[in-house]
Amino acid sequence: MKNNILKINNLNVFTNINSRLKLVKNISLNLKKGKTTCIVGESGSGKSLTALSIMQLLSSQLSMTGSIFFEGVNLLNLTKEEIRKRRGKDIAMIFQEPMTSLNPVLTIGYQIEEAIEVHERLLKVELKKRVEELLNIVGIPTDRINSYPDELSGGQRQRVMIAMAISCSPKLLIADEPTTALDVTVQAQILKLLDNLKLKYQMTMLFITHDFGVVNDIADDVAVMFQGDIVEQGSVESVLKNPKHPYTKALLNCVPDSQGKNDLKPIDYSALKKAMG
Amino acid sequence: MQMENLLEAKNLSKEYVKTAGFFSRTRTSIKALDNISINIKKGITLAVVGESGSGKSTLAKSLIRLVELDKGSIIFKEKNMRTIKGDDLKRTRKNIQMIFQDPYASLNPRMKIIKIMEEPLQIHGIGNSATQYAKILCMIKRVGLVEADLSKYPHQFSGGQRQRIGIARALILEPELVICDEPVSALDVSVQAQIVQLLKSLQKEFGLTYLFITHDLRIVRHIANEVIVMKDGKLIEKGKTDIIFRKPKTKYTKELLASIPGNLSKRK
Repeated sequence: MKNNILKINNLNVFTNINSRLKLVKNISLNLKKGKTTCIVGESGSGKSLTALSIMQLLSSQLSMTGSIFFEGVNLLNLTKEEIRKRRGKDIAMIFQEPMTSLNPVLTIGYQIEEAIEVHERLLKVELKKRVEELLNIVGIPTDRINSYPDELSGGQRQRVMIAMAISCSPKLLIADEPTTALDVTVQAQILKLLDNLKLKYQMTMLFITHDFGVVNDIADDVAVMFQGDIVEQGSVESVLKNPKHPYTKALLNCVPDSQGKNDLKPIDYSALKKAMG
Repeated sequence: MQMENLLEAKNLSKEYVKTAGFFSRTRTSIKALDNISINIKKGITLAVVGESGSGKSTLAKSLIRLVELDKGSIIFKEKNMRTIKGDDLKRTRKNIQMIFQDPYASLNPRMKIIKIMEEPLQIHGIGNSATQYAKILCMIKRVGLVEADLSKYPHQFSGGQRQRIGIARALILEPELVICDEPVSALDVSVQAQIVQLLKSLQKEFGLTYLFITHDLRIVRHIANEVIVMKDGKLIEKGKTDIIFRKPKTKYTKELLASIPGNLSKRK
């Protein structure tokens, strides 16, 4: 299919010590160009590992097999130098904790410049202009260009991370729980911003979250992960309205609905095991 | 029907003053609590909702005097919390227990669970070692753990299990009021559902009153009878949960409700 920008085939992630201990089990996932795909799951389900595999940022204690095709090129066959050229330029990533992802002793302007300079050579004036443009896009007043990360709020820091991530107009943006640490109102703003950027720049997004509410707001497609497996995937409408897999159903029952009508049902893992055979 | 108030707090104010910089003489002050009055009725769950920095945790801490107020009065079971001292304070504090947000940070990593559970009983001189053990065992089973867990250390448990231990520790003293400071915010949705259900069933069983602090309005809908909304140290709105959700009066509450994930207007 031509409109798949990223194709993950039979990806396995396992520990070096014991290759039978699989953390990601033979998953396959296609990302459609210009769409947002959400990976949903509990902690330990392997959703972050999947994202890190694409970026090839896995811990050296882990190994992987399978293939990840990005625009027809298998990322797993690239040399370190080749993948570094794509990282940040073609594929960018934002993380959950904006405070730990920014350098506290450098101004935000400098850090955004740095992200651009890795991939592009620009004159000082052009560079500054570009940074100001980016700040505008993500909604930070340009006079904050010389601010340090600790002078910004959590939401603003995440906006800086987004500015860095989109600085080289990536084709794929991986967002690993980017709003989990934020207040609800700020979360809503950041989700809107990401969605607008996606539409404006035809960006593809891989969005990792454990919150089905967020999925409902932002996703086009959904993949549900459970213990290293993708147990269900499909369009957001089909997965949320008509879940097929018992785990998806159980996980949806845990989500507090905004009406408060249904009782929260914790997952009964033994019943789930039986249902899954 | 007028329900009995377990706690009445009037005009609570607290200001934090900080100097702008190391050499600076200018001082800025932040009103963490700005003339807040609340009543907590016996046997209900009152949720305090607000964003970070709204003063909701300061409010909770001030009720058990972990934060000393500048102004205001707190009457708990006909005792003035702000003036009582010594044994009286100790006895009252036994009656108000707290469950914290971070189950990783609120349990001493060097103590076995049995020690963590014994400590509050010893401090308040309740029972002898045999009756204490029986009591602890009963409580730990009630929150879904087993006897063998008592000889383990906190790091051997998952986040949800640790929060169960935190709940058991708070309830072992048989308090009437339990202050829950974001008890499920750090947990996965599936674990969150377990803990919310546990808190609800314990409330029924022991007739507890909860002051439930959270920023997650979806949880509020599931657990609270009444809600107060805070912003910048001020009380913005209060009322029955159902009414706040269906007919919010203030712009801020409406904004909060619109921000609930799953409520954003979809672009399609």
